[in-house]
Amino acid sequence: MSTTDTFVPRLPLGDWVDLFVAWLIASFKPFFAVVKDVLLSCYDALALVLQGPPFLVVALVLAVLAFFAKGWKLAVTALVGFVVIASVDQWDNAMDTLALVLVASVISLVIGIPLGIWAARNDKVSRVVRPVLDFMQTMPGFVYLIPMVMIFLTGPVPGIVATVVFALAPGVRFTELGIRQVDSEVVEAGHAFGSTPGRILRQIQLPLAMPTIMAGVNQVIMLSLSMVVLAGLVGAGGLGGDVVAALQRINISLGFEAGLSVVILAIFLDRVTSALSTRSPVAKALAASAV
Amino acid sequence: MTTSSTSNSTDSSTGQSTAPVLLPVETEPYPGAHGAAALPDDRPVAVSVQGVYKVFGRRPQEAVRRLKEGASRTDVKPLGTAAVIDASFDVKQGEIFVVMGLSGSGKSTLIRMLNGLWKPTAGHVLLGDADLATVSAKQLRALRRSRVSMVFQHFALLPHRTVLDNAAYPLEIQGMSKAERRDKAQKALDLVGLGGWQDSLPSQLSGGMRQRVGLARALAADTDVLLMDEAFSALDPLIRREMQEQLLDLQQTLGKTIIFITHDLNEAMHLGDRIAVMRDGRTVQIGTAEEILSDPANDYVAQFVADVDRTRVLTASSVMVRPTAVVPLGGGPRVASRTMREAQVSAAYVVDRQRVLRGVVRDDDAVALLKSGGDHTSIESIVHDGVAPVSVDTPLAELFAPAAESPLPVAVTDDRNRLVGVIPRVTLLEAMVPPTLDESDDVGPDEDENDGPRPSNDAAEGATAPHDVPTTEGANA
Repeated sequence: MSTTDTFVPRLPLGDWVDLFVAWLIASFKPFFAVVKDVLLSCYDALALVLQGPPFLVVALVLAVLAFFAKGWKLAVTALVGFVVIASVDQWDNAMDTLALVLVASVISLVIGIPLGIWAARNDKVSRVVRPVLDFMQTMPGFVYLIPMVMIFLTGPVPGIVATVVFALAPGVRFTELGIRQVDSEVVEAGHAFGSTPGRILRQIQLPLAMPTIMAGVNQVIMLSLSMVVLAGLVGAGGLGGDVVAALQRINISLGFEAGLSVVILAIFLDRVTSALSTRSPVAKALAASAV
Repeated sequence: MTTSSTSNSTDSSTGQSTAPVLLPVETEPYPGAHGAAALPDDRPVAVSVQGVYKVFGRRPQEAVRRLKEGASRTDVKPLGTAAVIDASFDVKQGEIFVVMGLSGSGKSTLIRMLNGLWKPTAGHVLLGDADLATVSAKQLRALRRSRVSMVFQHFALLPHRTVLDNAAYPLEIQGMSKAERRDKAQKALDLVGLGGWQDSLPSQLSGGMRQRVGLARALAADTDVLLMDEAFSALDPLIRREMQEQLLDLQQTLGKTIIFITHDLNEAMHLGDRIAVMRDGRTVQIGTAEEILSDPANDYVAQFVADVDRTRVLTASSVMVRPTAVVPLGGGPRVASRTMREAQVSAAYVVDRQRVLRGVVRDDDAVALLKSGGDHTSIESIVHDGVAPVSVDTPLAELFAPAAESPLPVAVTDDRNRLVGVIPRVTLLEAMVPPTLDESDDVGPDEDENDGPRPSNDAAEGATAPHDVPTTEGANA
C-alpha cells in the first residue's frame, strides 16, 4: 500500500455519506414515495403523448416546431433525422428519452431559475450557491445514481432525479449572470420612476436577461440528455437502456444505432432551444437595429 | 473741434494716468452687471441638500465622524470611500442647477441621493418637506412617482418597448390607464420633437433621438424636479449643443426645476443658472457662471475655467461699463459738445428722460448747430438713429461684429430699450483673457481683481471709440 496509509488516518467519509443516505431513506420514506409517484406519472403521461400517436404524426409535429423555432432547413433536417431513428427501430426508445429529458429539464428550470433570481439579488445567497453548484456539476454524473437507486429503486425516477441534480447548475448560473448583466442604469430608471422591486424584476430584469436565461435553458436540456443516457444504468429505459445493454453485450451494431439516435435527438434539441434565445422580444429588438 | 481740454494722446497706456481724475466712478463694475444673471430669491426652495455625506465601505459612520473632525478623504480611506463630503445647497423652483466635476468627484453619487437611489450616510435631502434620508421605501416610491424624475447618461430605455411605451413607462408605474398614458406620452414625444417615431424601437433611433425619448419619458412623468445625470455626455458635440438649446427652451416653457450633472464646463456654463463645482467629494464653489469665471474660489477652479470659451459664457452685462458720454435728448448743442469734450470723444449716445436710447450725436454736428445760432434749440434735429444696441444677455461671442462695425463703444440696452452700459472694443478684447492668479506683480489674491478684464478699460474707453478724432492737444485742467 502507499505511504499515505502510514501518515494520514483513513477518513470514513464514504461511510458517513452512506449513513446519511440511510437516515434520509428511513426518515423521509413517505415523502420519497410521493415524489416517486408524481415523477412517474409525469413521465408516463409524457411518454404516452409522444409514443401514442403514429410515428409520422409525432415526427411532423416536432418538425413543425423546428420550423417555427428556426426555419424550414432545420425542419427538414429534423424530419430526415427522425426517419433515420425510426428506420433503425429506435423511435420508441427515443421518445422515452425525450420524455425523460423534458421532465428532468422542466424540474431543473423550475428550481434553477428562481434560485438564480434569488442569487442575483442577494450576494450572500450567491456566495453559498456558487460552490454548491460547482460541486454538483463536477461530481461524475453516475455517482448520483447510487443513492437514487437506494431511495427510488430502479426505473425512470432515479434517472430523473439524478438528472435534475446534474443539470441544475447552468439554469441557476445563467439566470444569475443574465440578471446581473442587465444595464444597471435601466434598473435605476425603474427605481427612479417609482417602480416596485417585483415589477422591476418582471418588466425590466427578466426581459432583458431573457437571451442569457434561454442560453441557460439550452445548457440544461443538453446536460439532461447526456445524463439521461447514463441513467440507462439504473434501468431508466429509452436510448440509454440500449446503450448500456450494447455495452454489456459488446453489441456494436445496437450501440451505434442507439448512439446515433442520441446524436440526432441532441442536434434537434440544441438547435430548437438555441433558436429560442434569439426569439425573445429583447433579442429581436436588438437585432432590429442591425438591419 | 473740441481742442481745448486734454493733454494725452489716444494711447491707452498713457491714458491710464489720467483715469483717477477723469473717470473715478467707472473703476467699479457697472451696477447690474451680475444682477442680470442672479436669481430672484423669493422663489421657494425645491430641493434642499443639508450637510450630506455619502461614504461607501465598511465603517461609513466612523468615516463621517472623522471627516467632520477635519480628516481628509485620504485619511478615511481605510474606513471607506467618501464619495460626497458635506454637500449643502438649495435649489430654487424653476432653476437650472448644474453640478460640475470630473469623474470621481462624487457628482453622480450626489444626484442619486436626490431621488433616494442612494441614502445619505449623514445629513438631509429635503424634497419639498419630505426628508429622503428618513422616508420609508413606500413613501420614497410615491415621491419618485410624483415629484422627481430622471434622465440617464446612456438613456436607460427598455429595448423591447416602442418609443411610445418607453415614454409612457412612468405613467404606467403611476397606475394610469393605457389610453390616457399613451395620450400623455405622445404629447411628451411631440414636445421633444419625436412625433411620428412613437412606434419605433429605441435601437432604431440615433443617440440624440434616444436621449430625446429619455427626456420625453421624464417629462411625461410630469414631476416638478428633473434630475439629469450626464444626460448629454454620450452625444456627439453638435447633437449635444442642439439638446442643450432644446432643454433651455423646454425649461422656459415648462418651468421645471432641473438639476444637471456634467463634466463639461462649457455645458455647465451654458445651461446653469448656478453651478456647483465638485472636487474629490467636496463642493469647492457654488455660483453663477460669471461668478465662477471672473472670481474663481481657488486655483483648482481657476485652472478649470482657464480654457473655457469665455465668449459664450460671459454676457454683455458682465463686461459693460458706465457710458461716459451720454447726452439727454432735451439738452441743447452746448450740453452735447461739453459732454463730448469732457469725455474726449467725438460722438455720444442720446437718451431721453427714461434713459431710452434715441440715437447718436456727433461733435461736428453739435458745433455746427451751435455756430448757426441754435444755442437754445434741442439737439433732436441732429440725432442719428443708426444705432444697433445689443441686449444685456448677448454673449460676448456675438458682440464682435457690432463692435467692429461701430466706431462708438457698443451700446447695451435692457428689455425696455434703456441704455444701461457700453462696451468699448478694448474691453471686449480684454474680457477674453482669463484672470491670472500668478501674475508676478500681483501678490495679494484680493487686490488682483483689478487686474481682470474690467478696470483698465475705463481709461481706454474714451480713447478707443472715435477713431477719427484728431490727436488732442493742450493742458488738462
